[in-house]
Amino acid sequence: MTFEPKIVGILCNWCSYTGADLAGTTRIKYAPNVRVVRVMCSGRVDPSFILKAFEEGADGVLVAGCHPGDCHYIDGNYKTLRRNVLLKRMLADYGIEPGRYRLEWVSASEGERWAQVVNSITEDVRKLGPASFRPPKHRLPVVDEKKAPATRTQNG
Amino acid sequence: MAKLKLAAYWAAGCGGCDTAILDIHEKVLDVAAVADILFWPIAVDGKVKDVEALADKELDVTLLNGAIRSDENEHMAHLLRKKSKVLVAFGSCAHMGGIPGLANMFTREGIFERVYLDSVSTPNPERTVPLTRSTVPEGELSLPTLFNKVRTLDQVEDVDYFMPGCPPAPAQIWSVLSLIASGRPLPPKGSVIGAENGTLCEGCKREKREKKIAAFKRFATSQPDPNQCFLEQGHLCMGLVTRAGCGHRCQSSGMGCRGCYGPPPGVLDQGAKAISAIASIVEASDEIEAERVFAGLPDVLRSLNRFGIPASLLGRSAR
Repeated sequence: MTFEPKIVGILCNWCSYTGADLAGTTRIKYAPNVRVVRVMCSGRVDPSFILKAFEEGADGVLVAGCHPGDCHYIDGNYKTLRRNVLLKRMLADYGIEPGRYRLEWVSASEGERWAQVVNSITEDVRKLGPASFRPPKHRLPVVDEKKAPATRTQNG
Repeated sequence: MAKLKLAAYWAAGCGGCDTAILDIHEKVLDVAAVADILFWPIAVDGKVKDVEALADKELDVTLLNGAIRSDENEHMAHLLRKKSKVLVAFGSCAHMGGIPGLANMFTREGIFERVYLDSVSTPNPERTVPLTRSTVPEGELSLPTLFNKVRTLDQVEDVDYFMPGCPPAPAQIWSVLSLIASGRPLPPKGSVIGAENGTLCEGCKREKREKKIAAFKRFATSQPDPNQCFLEQGHLCMGLVTRAGCGHRCQSSGMGCRGCYGPPPGVLDQGAKAISAIASIVEASDEIEAERVFAGLPDVLRSLNRFGIPASLLGRSAR
């Protein structure tokens, strides 16, 4: 069976999601490998979302937002841009290849560009193969009064 | 009331947690008044076979510090769990992996090569490396086997409470011990005890103005203002993503927080949250500028997740 990459896309509502929508209404054909999650702003994307996607078995993660200067909330994407610099370094420290994670700017009118971006990351991840990351299933015991107590899990 | 039966054990840690228990000073006599310490290798005489001879659940409380890095650590974790009513993951290593958890960025073989063979300060022409079994004229000797990855206590055994800190603050140790000794009801299983629920930043007395970081500075080469927020001065401080409860020991001695109390409730990954928070207050509007500012923060993962790599979302390096 050939390897089909599973890529998580996290898209801002105002530009990139609308751009992806435009790609669809324009009937552009492109790789079906990106599973889209819509958020209000790329500035909402906490780096832990990306780590969590890899933890749960994503082969790649694509974050897309408005071009710098175009943010609906004025400067949300500048925060994304700065976090991206540190996050790329952290992912490298965890041994995740650079081709598996990308931040791209896609405006609401760039349906064509969205299709290109998706094709390009899909090809990159396809070449890299399945994410070698098979992390132990565990996490910090997060204790909330409302939540059930942390359960015990094991890893080898 | 019968006297409590206490035990404390040291797994993969530095011993600072045991010392922190002794740092409650003369109150340790009050502990001795209400509790019998049945097993505590660093302070009282006692052997593993004495623990094995105890009835199941005979110990009321065991404070286990250190991460789980060898088969010996794991064996003791299982044994003490079996013999204890309440098992406390004591200190950053048992809680989140701690400093030994930094080993999860490497492989066991890589670490052995570095430490015993490649290190320039270790001349080893015979290439002697420790073996788990070796024969000497007197018989066979054995050493514990190191695992490839370091785990938290919770990843190996069922833990009742987590007590963070590198090491836990003595005042917090005393408050927890006196709560247990009082016989009052304990918090729900799985709670973080001996700490607060907010972040360290909330209670920090340093003066806070607008946060804008134009360049990072190091504590070794630059003297921060004693009254102003460290981050505003470009000194890394993890207070905004770290659980309160330590009593601001580092801030009051002129050091930024390094995050040993772990993330506050609701945060999955302390390092990722630190990226989120710190990048938000950096002054840069394009990638080149951001690269220039962050050049002053050379080791991202190990600076921002210093005490918690085994407990982080990914837990270890994929390499």
